Amino acid sequence: MNAAAAPVEVPKSENLVEIRGLHYAVGRRPVFSGLDIDMRRGRITAIMGPSGTGKTTLLRLMTGQIAPDSGEIIVDGLNLRTLSRSQIFQLRRRMGMLFQSGALLTDIDVFENVAFPLREHTDLPERLIRHIVLTKLHAVGLRGAAQMLPSELSGGMARRVALARAIVMDPDILIYDEPFAGLDPISMGVILRLIRQMNDALGITSIVVSHDVQELSTIAHETYLLAEGRVVASGSPEELHANTSDIVRQFMNGMADGPVPFHFPAPDYSTQLLARGERRRTPRGEQ
Amino acid sequence: MNAFLGDLWYSARESLATLGRVFLFFLQLIAFTPRALMRFRLVVHQIFNAGALSLVIIMTCGLFVGMVLGLLGYDLLSRVGSEEILGAGAALALTKQLGPVVTALLFAGRAGTALASELGLMRATDQLSAMQMMAVDPVRRVVVPRFLGGVIAMPCLTAIFISIGVFGVQLVGVEQVGIDSGSFWSQMRSAVELDDIGEGLLKGAVFGIACSLIAVYEGYNSVPTAEGVGRATTRTVVISSVVTLILNFILTAIML
Repeated sequence: MNAAAAPVEVPKSENLVEIRGLHYAVGRRPVFSGLDIDMRRGRITAIMGPSGTGKTTLLRLMTGQIAPDSGEIIVDGLNLRTLSRSQIFQLRRRMGMLFQSGALLTDIDVFENVAFPLREHTDLPERLIRHIVLTKLHAVGLRGAAQMLPSELSGGMARRVALARAIVMDPDILIYDEPFAGLDPISMGVILRLIRQMNDALGITSIVVSHDVQELSTIAHETYLLAEGRVVASGSPEELHANTSDIVRQFMNGMADGPVPFHFPAPDYSTQLLARGERRRTPRGEQ
Repeated sequence: MNAFLGDLWYSARESLATLGRVFLFFLQLIAFTPRALMRFRLVVHQIFNAGALSLVIIMTCGLFVGMVLGLLGYDLLSRVGSEEILGAGAALALTKQLGPVVTALLFAGRAGTALASELGLMRATDQLSAMQMMAVDPVRRVVVPRFLGGVIAMPCLTAIFISIGVFGVQLVGVEQVGIDSGSFWSQMRSAVELDDIGEGLLKGAVFGIACSLIAVYEGYNSVPTAEGVGRATTRTVVISSVVTLILNFILTAIML
């Protein structure tokens, strides 16, 4: 029997995304060891954690770009492990994703970037496509930039165009990968407001991956803090701020040293300094 | 010694695995080709990129290769008093060997590197991942039109190279050193048959498939860093050039 042809549909719950006992390793290095996360419909769920904890990897797992070693990822009642490639592509049509870099197609203008999913997946007449695209661009405040090329946009504008493109197919889930990275305070404020607006006005379930504690605290309904391959704390932003765990306090208060050490593991400092006849290799390309 | 043999065995195994991956990638491109041809506008755009934008370099090189061929040919043939067969000899050399091979080498250097670096940069800037997230297969939407653009453009460029090359030979042979125009062209017409032109264009098509496949494979599978894209571009030129020369020997041996 072909399991891919008949995906196992789990009864739909109030959670749009459910992750159970997720294990994933890159080579021998475990990234996740027994991750459990629920993301509720129509809410903004924030995934936070220090750099290198696998936040973006988690997004790639949730969107079926990579497969877990074990565990279940259930998106709107569909277990990703049971889906074929075409079924995963079908599911992705109901997802929008905002990449950290924007990931706009550089050889076409802003209008065509936003129209891209419509042209690929629908046979809508040109007039209707134009109407939808201008509506979405207006929603992100960039209707006037429709004819500009991605290379002419600032970082914040590119992120907003990418957001317009992400919502052009009216998705159920909107995923933001580091949406505030490298933005000035004004652009950051705009993106924050847009995330909240998309969630409130369109009822989209939003998943935001970031390590910007202050910004996320203002918009997230639920927050998960990842570290060492597992969830170390979860709850509302207020609950996380009140958490007394060392690792949570280090992350929320931005402390340089703590359970996540300042120093990368290395041999004893004095021993290494006094060692003779041993020269550290410099990285390639550097003198 | 054991370590050396171990490395050799590892390299051989890796090379074989890479060949297998390239072949599977090629099959994937073939499978998507009918659907890509239904959206011919995308392919036409890539024919323009790979073909029209290579015209200047192809025509310039064709002209000078033809002129050099004319000079050397005349120098050699005049020693035995057979200058009038310069047109025939040069045309055959251009049609069957120099045209397809030099065009392929130039194509790899101009269009092949452009294809590889464009795809590599698209990967490095998450454009290919974004397409996958929009439920659009990047191989179908981006890679196949580029591959087909190269495959269609190469025989056309080969024909143009040969034509301009023959013009270059005529410039030197007839206009400069004074070979009789009538005997130059009649000797050429009697020596070059339709099969010879077919052989040249067939070689152009085969080299087009090989060079385009190598370029899109290297670009699509490049490591998404500046160094990775650079390496993919270099590998495209080197591998395409070597493969072109090997294929040329095989095809020549078969068609003799």
